[in-house]
Amino acid sequence: MAVAEPGQRLGWTASGDQWNRWLRRHEWARGYLLMSPTILVMLAMLVAPIVALVVMSFWTQHVLEIDRTPTLANYWHLIEPAGPDDETAYWLGIPFPFKRAVYIVLLLKSILMSFTATVAVILLAYPMAYFLAFRVKQHKMIWLMAITLPFWTSYLLRVFAWKLMLGFGGVINSGLMKLGLIDQPLEFLLYNPIAVVITLAHAWVAFAILPIYVSLEKIDRSLLEAASDLGDRAITRFFRVTLPLSAPGVIASSLLVFIPTVGDYVTPTLVGGPTGIMIGNSIQSLFGKMNEIPLGSALSLVMMLSVTLIVCLFLWAVGYRKMQRSIA
Amino acid sequence: MTQGDNIISIQSVSKHFGPVKAVDDTSFNIKRGEFFSLLGPSGCGKTTLLRILAGFELPTSGEVTIDGQPMSTVPPHARPTNMVFQSYAIFPHLNVRENIAYGLRKRRLGKAETARIVEQALELIKMPGYGERRSDQLSGGQRQRVALARALVCQPKVLLLDEPLGALDKKLREEMQIELRQIQRTVGITFVFVTHDQEEALTLSDRIAVMSRGKVLQIDHSTRLYEAPNCREVAEFIGTMNILPGTIGEVSHGRANVAAGTHGAFEARTDGSAPRPGTPVLIAIRPEKLQMSWERPGLSVNSLAGKVGAVAYFGDRSHFYVDVEGCEKPLAVALQNGERRLDGSDLVGKPVWLSWEPDSAVLLPA
Repeated sequence: MAVAEPGQRLGWTASGDQWNRWLRRHEWARGYLLMSPTILVMLAMLVAPIVALVVMSFWTQHVLEIDRTPTLANYWHLIEPAGPDDETAYWLGIPFPFKRAVYIVLLLKSILMSFTATVAVILLAYPMAYFLAFRVKQHKMIWLMAITLPFWTSYLLRVFAWKLMLGFGGVINSGLMKLGLIDQPLEFLLYNPIAVVITLAHAWVAFAILPIYVSLEKIDRSLLEAASDLGDRAITRFFRVTLPLSAPGVIASSLLVFIPTVGDYVTPTLVGGPTGIMIGNSIQSLFGKMNEIPLGSALSLVMMLSVTLIVCLFLWAVGYRKMQRSIA
Repeated sequence: MTQGDNIISIQSVSKHFGPVKAVDDTSFNIKRGEFFSLLGPSGCGKTTLLRILAGFELPTSGEVTIDGQPMSTVPPHARPTNMVFQSYAIFPHLNVRENIAYGLRKRRLGKAETARIVEQALELIKMPGYGERRSDQLSGGQRQRVALARALVCQPKVLLLDEPLGALDKKLREEMQIELRQIQRTVGITFVFVTHDQEEALTLSDRIAVMSRGKVLQIDHSTRLYEAPNCREVAEFIGTMNILPGTIGEVSHGRANVAAGTHGAFEARTDGSAPRPGTPVLIAIRPEKLQMSWERPGLSVNSLAGKVGAVAYFGDRSHFYVDVEGCEKPLAVALQNGERRLDGSDLVGKPVWLSWEPDSAVLLPA
């Protein structure tokens, strides 16, 4: 491309030309300029709230007043050990010797429920993704849309749908009663952690299909033929080639489901009942009717850090970096 | 030939993909221990035939037997064949050692025995010390060797190679050709080699099957394929061939007199059974068997007049394309560049005479 003489192009001042030339020579500057709208949105919507959360977590609430003196009191509040007079709390038979064990227990319970939901999601999504990647030959887009069709409705509606399915007079109970298999509605279906896990698993499964599908679709078909050729039956081949090569997709899907579900509070509110509440419910009430915003901030941060830690440990344990290098 | 000499027997095998006949009623045998090539242009069905041998495709009709066993109900993992894929298909999540040992699992060898075999295989492909590398740390040639070793350690009765050298650069390809041939002699396994590169097939193979549009045109060793092709397609696919149409005249003592329109009559040797007078034939002459001269040669050889149209320079030799009246394509003449000449194009446009010995031409069915 010919470089225009200064002044040759109408409307270009000397400094504008210089700026233009500077931009052309500095690729990083062009990059940041192009990304600037995104960066601004990220700063306003993501970085600023988290900074606010961190700052608030060091404040103290005195009924209606907020004391802005920095203190670690909120964090201490969450992990203060039980005194000699306090009754030890138990969860799943494990003692939790904390003064207010409810937060720690709730956090662990949320993580466990999320983990269970994630495992369920992967078990549901993998066969669907597999079918889509290997069995469907034509119109894959239509299949993909058909599978995700129920997920075009609102999240809330889908949770309500499960309430109708699992409820006292719900589809499952009335169906079983009509068939004469049970005399009374099953009570264990709704308002407990299992109902939350079922609902979460269904709500998130559509999001998990796509990453797994993409990683399966990417597998070179000659690798599968090579495995057969070298003596593997279909099942052996699946565990030796297909599964390891689709691991990045499985990992991505797991994180996609696990991270947001730990903090979910809509599903436990609607189908969880008293035993099915999660950490999100606790944070919501601290920010809301309990008016304990600093404590709520501290709890939110503890939750976020715990999730981050778990995710990092998980990625390290499965050797994700090594995997990315060799497969991607 | 007894059954024991043939490791593979292909009996009227067809493979149809919808209306396309990828392999069309093909039958032939492959001998134990030979280096057999399937040669043909892309889309001629050679890869499909190889995949039928491997078990990845089932023939629409016909039967394949390997070492006397019918294969139609035997899945790929149970066949006594192994394949070297065109893309090499090296498992990206495993290192070289694990890749080579992949097929050993079904043999349930001990750890030490497996390690020994892998080491041996690495020696064979001249890559000792590469066991811990991953496939993305290997060059194309190295991947190709690993794929070869991985297949060979399974001790197949037949090794199938699907254009394994296609992705390598020319120099590496030539090196690998020599190596491949050496390895084949060392291990003594039957190799079935698919290629579209005729030079590669000619150098490597004991026998070659030339395929076109799903059919096998000719199966022969390199020399005969080049010197005695059985039809125009084979003649033109392997090397360059000049074609002159004519009609058989008098036939005597293994010689035929062929009338070729305005060019008069030519003498040609008849291989095998003598054709009946009056049959239309093609006189086929290789470029290096044509002589070019300024003067009209003597009457003991066949000759015709033409004009040099173009020159293609290949370094060691040049091809002169001589326009001859009545011929649709110019005739190619290959001349060794025995003398150092810095300009060959000064011949363009000059009238010349072409001549050849009666024994140099092949008569092909028209």
